[in-house]
Amino acid sequence: MERSTGTFTVKSGLADMLKGGVIMDVTNAEQARIAEEAGACAVMALERVPADIRVQGGVARMSDPQKIIEIMEAVTIPVMAKARIGHFVEAQILEALGVDFIDESEVLTPADEAHHINKWEFKVPFVCGCRNLGEALRRIGEGAAMIRTKGEAGTGDVVEAVRHARAVIGEIRRLQTMAPEEMFTYAKEIGAPYDLVKMTAALGRLPVVNFAAGGVATPADAALMMQLGVDGVFVGSGIFKSGNPAHRAQAIVKAVTHYRDARILAEVSRNLGEAMVGRTVESLAEGERIAVRGW
Amino acid sequence: MKIGVLALQGAFREHIAKLNVLGATATEVRLPADLDDLDGLIIPGGESTTMGRLAQSYGLVAPLATFSRSRPVWGTCAGLILLSDRATGQKKGGQPLIGGLDVLVDRNYFGRQVDSFEVDLEAPALATAARPEDPTGSFHAIFIRAPAVLEVGPAVEVLARLPDGVIVGVRQGHLMGVAFHPELGSDLRFHRYFLQNICANA
Repeated sequence: MERSTGTFTVKSGLADMLKGGVIMDVTNAEQARIAEEAGACAVMALERVPADIRVQGGVARMSDPQKIIEIMEAVTIPVMAKARIGHFVEAQILEALGVDFIDESEVLTPADEAHHINKWEFKVPFVCGCRNLGEALRRIGEGAAMIRTKGEAGTGDVVEAVRHARAVIGEIRRLQTMAPEEMFTYAKEIGAPYDLVKMTAALGRLPVVNFAAGGVATPADAALMMQLGVDGVFVGSGIFKSGNPAHRAQAIVKAVTHYRDARILAEVSRNLGEAMVGRTVESLAEGERIAVRGW
Repeated sequence: MKIGVLALQGAFREHIAKLNVLGATATEVRLPADLDDLDGLIIPGGESTTMGRLAQSYGLVAPLATFSRSRPVWGTCAGLILLSDRATGQKKGGQPLIGGLDVLVDRNYFGRQVDSFEVDLEAPALATAARPEDPTGSFHAIFIRAPAVLEVGPAVEVLARLPDGVIVGVRQGHLMGVAFHPELGSDLRFHRYFLQNICANA
């Protein structure tokens, strides 16, 4: 048999290798090297971190390919980059650049208000955000090889990350108690493909790797998400918007590995300097909420 | 048999599940004390720089090197890199290696994720652990941003090659390394080989 590339096994396989790790937002080569040195399992190449997108406003698009290339050349760990929801041409460009993973992300301004990208058409794997089980399974149905709960990006407030992780994990738990005939109705109610609902019930977890994102700012936040049952965490603005990024990045990496060891969590939480200032999710106006993007 | 799986980062859960199916007791290794009383150790796939950094932070590099001098260790993908004496294509400033296997590996030999692949390869050593329906040792292997072995020392036995001859599996006495991910498929033969042919004889 010849080599087959771009199969779903190979795509979800990379997500499996990222488990138990921290994926960090970086905006240039220097930050990427700090993240790699701290033990990040991958970096997300961006022009602006979510906290800055919030402050500056305007349309948020895919990053300049030049920036992404500089970051790819700076590190040996996998490099991810974001495309707008539904913007399959941005995704084609990112695939041509050779990025290792595409995040079809609500943090950027959506390009399509009804459709997500058909991710089966790509050789590069995709990660997508979700707020609940239905959204997660719709994205997997479209070909996502990895899921992240959305949280509320750029706030430094973990409350939405917790809400979304609890929603997904709680719904899976309920699903496992259902009779087969109830699953058909449930699939319809949550707008998810029935086959994936059935598979999820049998597995007792999502059929792909699930990370937490959106508002993780401290080692304790990261360990909280891990104890709730996610496979790893994304940290966006939380690292490079803090007082001592290198130190905080290392502490969060350690917290994700040793997430059940309170003694180690206490040790790594000491003397981290200023956390990102942040904004409470409660204080956001309706139009400032990012997590509601996605259909 | 009690087998540890290095659980700093990566696909350690899958190895543990396979070991349990084969009747071994599997434990997670995160700190030096977790290495006590183990009959063998698996270093899983994941990011070798992340694992190296975390091993360094908690004083695991020296204990892992000591362990691998005399006891069975199997590295898959990132684990193969960490077990190698020499590696190219590392991050700026290098990364800590445990060493033990007299080989030179190239860290991302096959390229980036879009070049990751699945392929059937020949691993004749598996024929001893083979299922009756598969006496040849053919193995369906998954390569994710995988390394390859460029040079092997005289004491190293080649366990698996790609059809084009590139070395992707090696054994040197009680140490084994493969560039692919037997933990991701449903085929248990590499795990059985490690338990029966390496750990049981150690």
